[in-house]
Amino acid sequence: MKGMISLAALAVAIGCSPAQAQYSDGTIKIGVMNDMSGTYSDLSGQGSVVAARMAVEDFGAAAKGMKVEIVGADHQNKPDVGSNVVRTWIDVDKVDVIVDVPTSSVALAVNEIVRDKNKVFLVSGAAASDLTGAKCTPNTIHWTYDTWALANGTGKAIVKTGGDTWFFLTADYAFGHALERDTAAVVEKNGGKVVGKVRHPFPGTDFSSFLLQAQASKAKIIGLANAGSDTINSIKQASEFGITQSGQNLAALLAFITDVHALGLKTAQGLIMTEAWYWDLNDANREFAKKFAPQFKGVHPTMVHAGVYSAVTHYLKAVEALKSDADGKAIVAKMKETPTDDKLFGKGTVRADGRKIHPMYLFEVKKPAESKGPWDYYKVRATIPADEAFRPLAEGGCPLVKS
Amino acid sequence: MFEIFGISSQALFGQLLIGLINGSFYALLSLGLAVIFGMLNIINFTHGAQYMLGAFTAFFLLQYAGLGYWWAIVIAPVIVGITGIIVERLFLQWLYKLDHLYGLLLTFGLALIFEGTFRNFFGSSGLPYSVPPELQGGQNLGFMFLPNYRAWVVVFSLAVCLTTWFVIERTKLGSYLRAATENPTLVRAFGINVPRMITLTYGFGVALAALAGVMAAPIYNVSPQMGANLIIVVFAVVVIGGMGSIMGAIVTGFGLGIIEGLTKVFFPEASNTVIFIIMAIVLLIRPAGLFGRGA
Repeated sequence: MKGMISLAALAVAIGCSPAQAQYSDGTIKIGVMNDMSGTYSDLSGQGSVVAARMAVEDFGAAAKGMKVEIVGADHQNKPDVGSNVVRTWIDVDKVDVIVDVPTSSVALAVNEIVRDKNKVFLVSGAAASDLTGAKCTPNTIHWTYDTWALANGTGKAIVKTGGDTWFFLTADYAFGHALERDTAAVVEKNGGKVVGKVRHPFPGTDFSSFLLQAQASKAKIIGLANAGSDTINSIKQASEFGITQSGQNLAALLAFITDVHALGLKTAQGLIMTEAWYWDLNDANREFAKKFAPQFKGVHPTMVHAGVYSAVTHYLKAVEALKSDADGKAIVAKMKETPTDDKLFGKGTVRADGRKIHPMYLFEVKKPAESKGPWDYYKVRATIPADEAFRPLAEGGCPLVKS
Repeated sequence: MFEIFGISSQALFGQLLIGLINGSFYALLSLGLAVIFGMLNIINFTHGAQYMLGAFTAFFLLQYAGLGYWWAIVIAPVIVGITGIIVERLFLQWLYKLDHLYGLLLTFGLALIFEGTFRNFFGSSGLPYSVPPELQGGQNLGFMFLPNYRAWVVVFSLAVCLTTWFVIERTKLGSYLRAATENPTLVRAFGINVPRMITLTYGFGVALAALAGVMAAPIYNVSPQMGANLIIVVFAVVVIGGMGSIMGAIVTGFGLGIIEGLTKVFFPEASNTVIFIIMAIVLLIRPAGLFGRGA
């Protein structure tokens, strides 16, 4: 029962000098769509609008004579709602680029619409690796992370340290299925075995039934192929039912810093997770977090927010170079051709299948004693270099890749 | 050990018990709804938000006043109950003579406002709240590990449910209440302050929701949308039990918890729809609900 908060329009018209470039209806319009009221609204939500706005400001769009406007909308994690918003945005409101869109089922629906309308789709929040696999399009770039990268980071690390039998607790929609599939492949490739799985409705509240089934499987590792409050509840209840104490371990395959914040370090300590970005990694990130947090209830930026910043920056560069925002395919081609470079993700590239390439990090959640205060949660266990972090180009089955 | 449909009896007992635990939340919440509907004829859609308020109040008490779970279980229902009374005085009292739809719309709107306000200040990821030290740990029952806290939830909510049923159906106070809903004018003629009684009943129903919220805080994520996730199911429970029937709400609450628990074993994907399927069937066969007296 989420609110019908539609088109919470946050128009940021920055500057307005006579433009020489040919921008459709004179404005570059960025539509940030995500979950603004439900389980994913802390890890994306209004924060992604804030991140997009910061990207536009830092790019200096106004000084360059580009008029950029940002609008935001809530897709309520429902593909039908998301599709309607995007159609209205493109057809009526003349939005040029759709950004963020967590919840893979919604992202996959939007993916098709954006291709049909020849606009640009920059995915930061969604995870399904299908977006650059069988479902890849010339209009979509998958920016921050994907299920393959998560599985490759966390799955491999755990199997290598002895966690070789797995039971999956999977959110029953596109994202959960993709994450389960990709992780199972990594587990088996590294000599592990999947002994069972259970798919829970999304979003769920009580996971004890499923956890008991996982316990009965005697698997060494319970892989949580879910996200947001589903992951939080699973971890909380696993500790309550003595599952972690009795020798089984949890693998949170997708967890964000906001989840760790909600769990508290006492419950979350020792969790291993793969992420693309952490605010305390270097000075540029810390400076970004310091500016970002006061604009978003004190919440520190997640990798999704950072990804939105980075993606919008690169998009604006391409539009500036082309002097046009009309042809989505041409813009994405330009974005693939130009190497990426921004203060949060550093130097990187965008691959032919639409996959943005950068290093991933394997983090471990600190013990309460190691943390200096709120949001000081991670220590780096390993850096996964850019050329190993994502699925090899040839294996995705993307039709855009010429074999 | 024997097997039923390929599931060992061990696992099955575990799932039944877990169903019972979840059922106690359904029962406690649907009880509050049934009391409010039975006495006030208001479909209280704010119930989920009030459950959420209970959990948040427990969190605030711990965070800012240093008062732990046992204080919260007493104080939070009182505080949230008082906010309920304010809501009743300010808004609901004007709606009793109107169609149900107005009450539904008002309470639905209030729920969105409460949830939106909390989301604005506390985000959606939720806040940590731990199990009280006295109830940490658990018992190994042979077929499953039963956390002490969950055992407490079942026992306590059963006690609260039965006490409420007893007070309303078997005591003098309860008979005043029921009479006042049947014919308020006549009851007033006997010198009983009916509006005050109705206000207090609403406050009590809201307090029950808050109590369920406090009990949920240590095991579910304390977040603004925690009630919204539950309230629809609870409404289905009330409809199946029969709108306004106290015993119906209690029995179906526990019963559906168990059925849902079993679904999670045999066909997990359907576990959040099974209750609505049952609701559809019950409505076809007995439109007034299993325990409803009919119109």
